[in-house]
Amino acid sequence: MAFTLFSLIAGLTFGIGLLLSGMANPEKVLGFLDLAGQWDPSLALVMVGAIVVGIVAFRLAAKRGQTLLGGDVRLPTKSDIDIRLVVGSVLFGAGWGLAGFCPGPGLVAMGAGEHKAVVFVIAMLAGMAVFELLEKRRSQS
Amino acid sequence: MIDVAWAQFTPWTALAGGAVIGVAAAILLLLNGRIAGISGILGGILTTSPTDIPWRAAFVAGLVLAPLAWMMFAGLPPIQINAGYPVIIAAGLLVGIGTRYGSGCTSGHGVCGISRLSPRSLVATATFMAAGFITVYVIRHLIGGF
Repeated sequence: MAFTLFSLIAGLTFGIGLLLSGMANPEKVLGFLDLAGQWDPSLALVMVGAIVVGIVAFRLAAKRGQTLLGGDVRLPTKSDIDIRLVVGSVLFGAGWGLAGFCPGPGLVAMGAGEHKAVVFVIAMLAGMAVFELLEKRRSQS
Repeated sequence: MIDVAWAQFTPWTALAGGAVIGVAAAILLLLNGRIAGISGILGGILTTSPTDIPWRAAFVAGLVLAPLAWMMFAGLPPIQINAGYPVIIAAGLLVGIGTRYGSGCTSGHGVCGISRLSPRSLVATATFMAAGFITVYVIRHLIGGF
């Protein structure tokens, strides 16, 4: 129960951070991605703010080896830099540049009642489902 | 030369908002021991065991409810979406497939991965940023917009 509650709080906090930073606004994100136009560097500072806090948190977690609740810390185990990582990141970056939405801001803008964000999230879920189907087919062949 | 849009530049809210995002990742990491990678958390709902669904759904619900929580204290900041529906659908499909194929997005690779100094996440972040820069360049400066 506590696990689910803290997860909800983390999601809420994350969403508020996205709204405060301006990242929930696709036009602001595209302003950052438009290097050749009128460039808005704000997004770089969002990353700086998040990473400074994040480095402290990951150091603490590594030092403790377990969570404050006494549970296990699950970090990603993959470390290989392979073709899947690069191709996936290229596809994601292209989608991000098309509409200015990445997954978090899409969900937040949906919560704000934006119809286009609802459509974006449905398409994103469909994309994820397509990925699962392709993976299933790959593992069978 | 890069032409900075000083009128749009919001350094303080960007830094503060970023720090809040970092705090959110810290909450999930230090209390639950999980990585705040939004595409992974969302995609996992479609695949993982039923016992793993509640915390994932709760995190996603938190993101969706954030604007409501915000509106209890202040008016929402602008959310301007200029892309039309066909572009939105194409973008959603690419983001969905791409983030799962590349195991992460701006939060999982960009924030959490770089915070734990993962070379894999550094490569992913540099790659999707470059792809984003190129896509916007092609659309706005070669095609001249949609």
